[in-house]
Amino acid sequence: MMRQFRHSLLGRLLADPMAVFALTIIIGLVVVAIFADAISPHDHTLMNLADRFAPPSTTYWLGTDNLGRDTFSRLAQGSRIALYVALVAVSISGMIGLILGMIAGFGPRWLDNLLLFIFDTLRAYPTIILALALAALLPRGLSTVIIVVVITSFSEYGRVVRTQTLSLKNAEFILAERAMGASPARMVFHHILPNVLGPFFILAAMNLPVVITIEAGMSFLGIGVPPGTPSWGATLKDGFDYIRNTPWIIIAGGLPLILVTLGFTFLGEALRDQLDPKLRKSR
Amino acid sequence: MTDTLTVDGLTVHYATREGALQALRDVALDVPAGQIVGIVGESGCGKSTLINALLQLMPENARIAAGSVRLEGEELVGAAQRRLRDMRGRDISVVFQDPMTSLNPVLTIGRQMRDIQYREPCDRAEKLRRAAAMLGRVGLPDPQARLDAYPHELSGGQRQRVAIAMAVLMRPKLLIADEPTTALDATLEVQIIELLKELQREIGCAILFISHHLGVIAELCDRVVVMYAGEAVEEGPVADVFLHPSHPYTAKLIECDPGRMKTRAKLLPAIPGDLPDLTAPPEGCIFRDRCDKATDLCRTKPNPVAVNGTHWARCHYAAEYGA
Repeated sequence: MMRQFRHSLLGRLLADPMAVFALTIIIGLVVVAIFADAISPHDHTLMNLADRFAPPSTTYWLGTDNLGRDTFSRLAQGSRIALYVALVAVSISGMIGLILGMIAGFGPRWLDNLLLFIFDTLRAYPTIILALALAALLPRGLSTVIIVVVITSFSEYGRVVRTQTLSLKNAEFILAERAMGASPARMVFHHILPNVLGPFFILAAMNLPVVITIEAGMSFLGIGVPPGTPSWGATLKDGFDYIRNTPWIIIAGGLPLILVTLGFTFLGEALRDQLDPKLRKSR
Repeated sequence: MTDTLTVDGLTVHYATREGALQALRDVALDVPAGQIVGIVGESGCGKSTLINALLQLMPENARIAAGSVRLEGEELVGAAQRRLRDMRGRDISVVFQDPMTSLNPVLTIGRQMRDIQYREPCDRAEKLRRAAAMLGRVGLPDPQARLDAYPHELSGGQRQRVAIAMAVLMRPKLLIADEPTTALDATLEVQIIELLKELQREIGCAILFISHHLGVIAELCDRVVVMYAGEAVEEGPVADVFLHPSHPYTAKLIECDPGRMKTRAKLLPAIPGDLPDLTAPPEGCIFRDRCDKATDLCRTKPNPVAVNGTHWARCHYAAEYGA
C-alpha cells in the first residue's frame, strides 16, 4: 500500500521539495478562497472613512485603502475571483485547444492548414489590445475577461497538441497499432490522447497564473471586473494611485499574485518532471 | 499445400517531385502455410514498401499501380477499410525493427496487450491472463509483474519479446517480422530467432522474415526471396539459393557477407556502383549496370528462369550460374 503510494503521481510529487512548496501555496489559495468569509477580519465592502490609508496593524493586517476598506479582506475575496477566472478560462480554452489541436494533427492536410491559420492569427494579437477591443464591445464583467482569455489562449494549447499529435501520428508504435487493426478512433483516444495529456496538463498548470495576471491586468486597466469588485487587479489599481504616500496597498496587492504565479509555475515544472516517463527515475 | 500469402505482379509507385518512383515492380512471392520465408536485400530495395503494401498501410503518396496481395485467397488490394482493419492484428500481424519505438511509451504493457484483444468477447481479467500467459511463453520472467511495467522499464531484448508476444497474441495466420533482430545484439539475436522458430511451430503461422542478415535467413527460413531495387530477382529454398546462387546479384551479396569471410581483409568487399534511379529504371535487367557478366542480351528484360524445382532467378544466364 505504502509502496504503491510512493509510485503514484502524488506520491512522487510529494518527494519533490519544489512541488511541495508549490502545492502548499496552491492549497493555501484554495483554502483562503473557500473560507474567505470566515477568515476576513472585516467586511470587505465596509468603508470606514475614519481609517483611510491605515498602515498595517493588528486591526488591519495589511492596512486599508483610500476608502478605508480592509485590504486583507479584499485580497481574501479576490482569491475567489482569481481562482474562478483561472479555472473556468483554462478549462474552456484547454478543451477547445485540445480538440482542435487533435483534429489539426490527425485530420486532412487542408483542415490542418486552416486551423493553423486560425491559431496563428489569434496568437498574433497582443492579449491586452484584444482585451481593450473586446471590452469596448462586451459588457464589463468576469465573463468578458474569460472570453478574452479563451480567445487569446486556446491557440496555444491547439498548437502544442497539434505538434504532439503530428509527431505521434508517424511514431512507430502508432504504425504498430494500425498494423494491429486499431481503428482511427481507438488510435486517437487510446494511444495518442494519453501521450498528449502530459504536455497538455503542464501547459495548463503554467497557464493558470498567466490567466490570473490577465484578469488582474484587465482590472488594473479598468476593463476587467466592475468597480467595487475586490479583484487583485483592482486592489493594485487602488494602490497604484497612492503609491507615493501609502505603498503598502500596492505591495499587499502584488504579493498574492507573485505567490500564486510561483506556485503554479513550480507545479507545472514538477509535473513536467513526473509526467514524462523518460525523465522519471525508474524504481 | 495452400499458400498463406500470395503476392502477384505487385507494383507500387511513390509520387515524388521527380515523377513516379517505382519502388516495387512486378513483385511476386508466395508464403506457403506454416513456412518461414525470408526476404533479403540491401537498403532501399523496397522491403519496407512491401510490408506496407502487404498491410495496405501505405503513405499518402504511395499507390498500388498493379498486382494483387492475397491472404488465404482473399484479395487485400482494394478491400474495404473495415475488413482490412478486421484482419490486421488478427490474421496478419507485424513485429517491427526497433523495439525502443514500437511500444507506446505512456501505456503499461498490460494495457497495450489488453487493447490488442479488443475484439475478444472476454472480460478484462481474462485478457490480462492471456497477456501474461503469452509474456511467459515468449520467455519474460515474472510476466504478471511485467503487465504493470512501462516500456522504458524493460531492456531492448525484453521489449522485443513483448512486441513478439503482442504480434502472436491473436494467433495470426501470417506474421511479418521486419528485421526484428537488427536493433539487438548478437546473443539476443540468436534467442529471438529460436523463439520465432518455436512460436511458428506452436501456432502454425506462416512467417515472412525480412532481414539483410544472410546468416539469420539461412538459419531460420525455409525459402528466401532476394530483392534488388524493387524487384524480386531470385527465389528458392534457402539451401538451394545460398549454395547455388543463380542471379549475379545474389552471388555478389553472398560474397559480401562478412560472416563467411575466412581471411582478414583490409577492405570489406562491396558491389561496385549504386542503386539505379527508380524514377526512371533502366530498360532490361535491373542489375545490368553493376553486373560484371552483363552482355547485350541483358538489355532485354529477363523473365524468371527456373533453375531447379521451385528455385528461379530473373537472369538470362540463370541456368549457367546456378549449375
